[in-house]
Amino acid sequence: MTADSWFDVASSACLLIGALLSLAAGIGLLRFPDALSRMHAATKPQIAGLAFILLAIALEQRNWGTISTLFLVMLFQMLTAPVAAHMVGRAAYRTRHLRRELLLTDELADVVDRASHDLATDPAKRPE
Amino acid sequence: MSGVKGSIWRQVPLLVWLVVLWTLLWDEVSVLSVVTGILLALLVTRVFYLPPVELPDRVNPLGLVIFVGHFVFDLVRASFQVAWLAIDPRRVPTSSIVAVQLSTKSDLSLTLTALAVSLVPGSLVVEADRQDDILYLHVLGTETEADVEKARADVVAVEERIVRAIGSRDDVRRVNLSRAERSLGPVVTGRRQRAWEEQHPIIPVDQYPSEGGYPE
Repeated sequence: MTADSWFDVASSACLLIGALLSLAAGIGLLRFPDALSRMHAATKPQIAGLAFILLAIALEQRNWGTISTLFLVMLFQMLTAPVAAHMVGRAAYRTRHLRRELLLTDELADVVDRASHDLATDPAKRPE
Repeated sequence: MSGVKGSIWRQVPLLVWLVVLWTLLWDEVSVLSVVTGILLALLVTRVFYLPPVELPDRVNPLGLVIFVGHFVFDLVRASFQVAWLAIDPRRVPTSSIVAVQLSTKSDLSLTLTALAVSLVPGSLVVEADRQDDILYLHVLGTETEADVEKARADVVAVEERIVRAIGSRDDVRRVNLSRAERSLGPVVTGRRQRAWEEQHPIIPVDQYPSEGGYPE
């Protein structure tokens, strides 16, 4: 086998792994019970799945112009995905789009309750 | 805190990064791409002004390698775990919301820890308490209390690796003190750290300057 065909094999393997991770993400999106769990499926396998697919492209193309662009794609995906997940997750928690009976513990509930109690009883503690 | 000169020097890393980003987008290093990059970087930093980030006063290359290696390993392993949770037909995963008390005080360490933890599948930052440095995470697949404690310990370990790599001297001291409470050894020792700690004694909470913030 020539070097080129080895690269083809490695690239196909990466492509396949990336596709499988994305498929699992799609299944998770349907199967997970509440908004917060679905956020895991919607945002996470995307990182590793995308990484494998970009790796596949890099192995196929092997020139610096492409690799530098792929690097940027990965970098911005990694910077933005957690922020988006955090914003949606935070909103989902605050609007009670979660099924508490499926939570083992919720160490945030007390803090939020206390804060809303403070707001209701003591206007002085209301943030500006 | 810092004069005009200080603020210009603080922007240099950002400007350099923006020029590098621009040349990467063009896929070529030429006079035209670098010059337009510099002009655009200046324009962007003037028009979209952001408060300067406090950059760390130390960097440990070995710590950086260890952090990145660990991170990639965790990322791949956890991706397959979450993928399996998604397709495993036998059960619906039980989750938890876990509060993790961090020991550092700097914006950069808190942000990097939250980013790194969020990127690893199975954990999602629902809320961050900047005042008390607590991260509230939604953790997928915690069947027992032991899983919750493991998730908590994992986040603390991520924070410690980040601080070892690029934590400021102050962060290093806070992490070392927190580890000492758990009878663990310090993450960073060394002459320069000790010298810094002697020059910057710990101020008791009740003697903090009223104008907020930690003195330089």
